[in-house]
Amino acid sequence: MTMQATVQPLPAEWRDFFALTKPRVMSLVIFTGLCGLLAAPKTIDPVLGFTAILCIAIGAGGAAALNQWWEADIDAGMKRTAGRPLPAGRMDRTSARDFGGLLSAASVFVMGFAISWLAAAILALSIVYYAVVYTIWLKPRTPQNIVIGGGAGAFPPLIGWVAATGDITLMPIVLFAIIFFWTPPHFWALALFVQSDYAKVGIPMMPVVAGEKSTRRQILLYAVLLLPLSMLPWWLGETGAVYGVSAAVLSGLFLLLSIRVGLRVRQPEGDRMKPEKQLFAFSIIYLFALFAALVADHWLIGQGAQP
Amino acid sequence: MTDPIDSPRDPDAERKRIQRSRNRVVGLLLGGFVILVYFISIAKMH
Repeated sequence: MTMQATVQPLPAEWRDFFALTKPRVMSLVIFTGLCGLLAAPKTIDPVLGFTAILCIAIGAGGAAALNQWWEADIDAGMKRTAGRPLPAGRMDRTSARDFGGLLSAASVFVMGFAISWLAAAILALSIVYYAVVYTIWLKPRTPQNIVIGGGAGAFPPLIGWVAATGDITLMPIVLFAIIFFWTPPHFWALALFVQSDYAKVGIPMMPVVAGEKSTRRQILLYAVLLLPLSMLPWWLGETGAVYGVSAAVLSGLFLLLSIRVGLRVRQPEGDRMKPEKQLFAFSIIYLFALFAALVADHWLIGQGAQP
Repeated sequence: MTDPIDSPRDPDAERKRIQRSRNRVVGLLLGGFVILVYFISIAKMH
């Protein structure tokens, strides 16, 4: 009779659970959520404000964990994501699913009990939108995945605003729309220089399905639409000139970089995709700077903040 | 004699180390949550 030694796999480190929450993406989520909360015309108790942002961050982390649980096989096939805890074999899928579900549920319930059930309902909607509508339904099926799925990332300022004011008005919907229209050029710039990875795992990203030329034209289209949209809060009289001028400059630069990408043809060999990488890098700075200008404008001009 | 740096880590010791560090983090998070609930309760009273 032979004795077979059963080797139990090691449990995952806490750092791997933390990595599941996509901390870098979370930083943008926290920032835009905080800006929505701070730019709102009503102030909120600092403890409740902190709790609202914490819930937004934990909800985003939970949705990210669920996304990685579902996409573990896809992530394993791409260089950019192969080192994540699940494809690298440092964690089992059940743990990732349970962790994501727990974070998502906890964030919604704490938001509901501590802040408001309207904010909690929008947070729940954003989690379902990202983890189910985008990850499970749209991403593997349509090259428009990022356009519709971009809505998931557009929720944080809306939730922050609703947490502070308790209701939905036109302004938080405009903030939602800004991120919604910013997402396709941001993500397609990335998809242009990592498209071989997406093609390998069968994800129908725009450059893979519609080709580079069409993707570049659509990047340009969204950048053109983003310029007036980003200035809408100023035209509506919701912000002052600090935001208006910042939005015009930032969106103008965004458009210039998008024109370079939109009208460009890739070199057959040795193209380092520098304009695309520049647009992707600037798009992140753009969103941080635009929302920072929104808060700075609100504080400098003090437009009607009420307790 | 084997150099302890070159020898592979004992799996049981490694498992215990990971579990200890996980328990510590969970403990900190639960403690933080209790403090948060305390402050939320005070904030909601105002």
